[in-house]
Amino acid sequence: MITVQHFLALSVILFGLGVLGLVIRKNLLIIFMCIELMLNASNLALVAMARHFGKMDGHVIAFFVMAIAASEAALGLAIVVTLFRSRKTIRTSDWRILRG
Amino acid sequence: MMESTFLSYLPYCVAGFPLLGFVINTLVALLWAKNQKPGSEALVKLVGCLFPILAFILSLICFSILRNSPEGMVISPPALFRWIDTALLTVDFRFMIDPLTATMMLVVTGVGSLIHIYATGYMHGDQGFARFYAYLNLFLFFMLLLIMGNNLLVLFVGWEGVGLCSYLLIGFWFTDEEKAKCGKKAFIVNRIGDFGFLLGIFLVMHTFLSQSQSSDLNFLDYSFIAQHKDLFLSEATLIALCFFAGAAGKSAQIPLYVWLPDAMAGPTPVSALIHAATMVTAGIFMIARLYFLYELAPVALQVVAIIGLLTALMAASIALTQTDIKKVLAYSTVSQLGYMFLALGVGAPQAAIFHVVTHAFFKACLFLCAGSVIYALHHQQDIRHMGGLFKKIPVTSLAFLVSTIAIAGIPPLAGFFSKDEILFHTFTHAPRIFYIVGFLVSGLTSFYMFRLFTLVFLGKYRGHLEPHYLPLAMDAPIAILAVLALVGGFIGVPEVLGGTNRISHWLAFLSTEIHGEEVAHHGTELILMGISSAWALITAFMAFSLYLKNPEWTKTLKEKCQQLYNLVSRKYYVDEIYDGIFVRPLVWLSHKFFWKGMDEAIIDGVMVHGFADISLVASRIISRFQSGFLGHYVVFFVLGLIGIMFYLAVG
Repeated sequence: MITVQHFLALSVILFGLGVLGLVIRKNLLIIFMCIELMLNASNLALVAMARHFGKMDGHVIAFFVMAIAASEAALGLAIVVTLFRSRKTIRTSDWRILRG
Repeated sequence: MMESTFLSYLPYCVAGFPLLGFVINTLVALLWAKNQKPGSEALVKLVGCLFPILAFILSLICFSILRNSPEGMVISPPALFRWIDTALLTVDFRFMIDPLTATMMLVVTGVGSLIHIYATGYMHGDQGFARFYAYLNLFLFFMLLLIMGNNLLVLFVGWEGVGLCSYLLIGFWFTDEEKAKCGKKAFIVNRIGDFGFLLGIFLVMHTFLSQSQSSDLNFLDYSFIAQHKDLFLSEATLIALCFFAGAAGKSAQIPLYVWLPDAMAGPTPVSALIHAATMVTAGIFMIARLYFLYELAPVALQVVAIIGLLTALMAASIALTQTDIKKVLAYSTVSQLGYMFLALGVGAPQAAIFHVVTHAFFKACLFLCAGSVIYALHHQQDIRHMGGLFKKIPVTSLAFLVSTIAIAGIPPLAGFFSKDEILFHTFTHAPRIFYIVGFLVSGLTSFYMFRLFTLVFLGKYRGHLEPHYLPLAMDAPIAILAVLALVGGFIGVPEVLGGTNRISHWLAFLSTEIHGEEVAHHGTELILMGISSAWALITAFMAFSLYLKNPEWTKTLKEKCQQLYNLVSRKYYVDEIYDGIFVRPLVWLSHKFFWKGMDEAIIDGVMVHGFADISLVASRIISRFQSGFLGHYVVFFVLGLIGIMFYLAVG
């Protein structure tokens, strides 16, 4: 039987993969997808807990997260496109202007 | 006693006129500086001379009012404004004219006006002509403040003000570093004395605040102190000595006399006005003003007398060997000031002020003559390059001769009466040794003055340049001063010579001593007069014959007493000793400790640069974290997140 613990475990694994990708990948698009992965991991956890407790709050917040993720994706992709146009690269290791 | 309100403010105008002159001349000087070239001197001359003369006329009016009022009356105008108003102390900005002030006012404005007129010739063509007159007018203002104030604080403001003007005028030609240094020396040495003066004022305040129950807080007024002088019985000696320290600084007495000879770096009219006739007598004025305090402190009076006597002797001996015409006169001034302190110390403030007056006449005249000589000889000041000037500049020479006779104490010129009164008082009121030394010094005075006269005006001219023509503006004041030096003594002809000693009666209020006992000494007085006149004549003749007739004798004498001569001509090495004891250690301390140690090592090194270095190193380390790689930031972010969650879970 698949319990809420299984859902939470999957959520943690997905979130961890997202963080790992964020840390080690250099390609901006991949990083972007990792962020989406993390968001979805948290969505999964929210929905699972909502089902477990039989409340609607988690579902509502999951929809909020999806809406925000959609708009964030739109904006983020726009930024990535603009960056590529101006610098001809989307590898994060090529940008080190924040170095102290 | 004054009728209308306008007239009652008259005394303030006396000081106000020179101040006005200062303001106008400063504006002119600024204008010249802005245009970078001097403009017309006519306006400066007019303003610079007119206001002192107006002040002199007003002083004459004040004097005649005082003269015609009953004895013991004082002109006391209403306060100009309340200066300090606190719960512990009130001070009014207020003047007061008593006979002492009136006498000094006449000397300061009278001699001052003459020197202002003289300077129009002497300073003609100087780049700083307007600046010079601005300073000179300012000096006159402060000097009048000093003598006319009715309390110690106004006196102190004037005191510091004249010190400032003295500094500005000694270093008038400040592009010459030597002259600027002389100005600094005068200023710093005076500060030492002024410190004593300030302590004296504080002690007066302390004495009142700790003892007096009176609700009247004007306790720095002279009249107030005089009324409550019984409060000072225990403190009087200390207070008197503190004030004397101030007087010794301003009036160039041992150990603070070293600035006055160096003050000769200033223009000669300045030497005449400030460093001979007026400012340097401020110390004598101050002690005469506070004489009621000094009478409570016989020990302090002893100190005053001894210091005065020693200074007179030392300075007179140094004057014997100097070769700079102004330096001889400077040491002579120090010596004469010593006489005045001697007079104060032996209980004769009247004689001291009398000598101040006559000294102002003849010493101002001598200095102006020296100025004329220097001017005529194209700024030659060494008497070894002078001589035989009598025919070339007759007015100056005659005036110089008159003043020399006056200062030497040969009757019946001014110096004879005043100096003899001092010596007579010393004879009757002090140990015999005081009189003997004083008597010796009067011979030295006569000797070095006639030496100077002989070397400058008699014999053969030893210079190369043809003397200049001297303008009337320079000759006229000299002539007037010479006449004053000739007849000035008659204001104090002693009773034994058929006079009434008017100045002594005029200033009798200064001391409480009864003058009746002098009658008993009339015979002695006559004998002393005879002796000292003869002594002055003998030494004058000695100088005359030594330097004119037998100049080779001086050389033999010099060689015979080579060591003594060196000692004296190097001014007893006092400057060198001060340099070794005070100046060098102080400079060393400032340089090594305060500059290199405190300032550079601690304040700059540890504090300023230290903190900068620490933050630099710290920021270098911290900035390593800012690698610019996105991944690194995420790692820190995640680590932080984990940390927070751990904290929340555990905490």
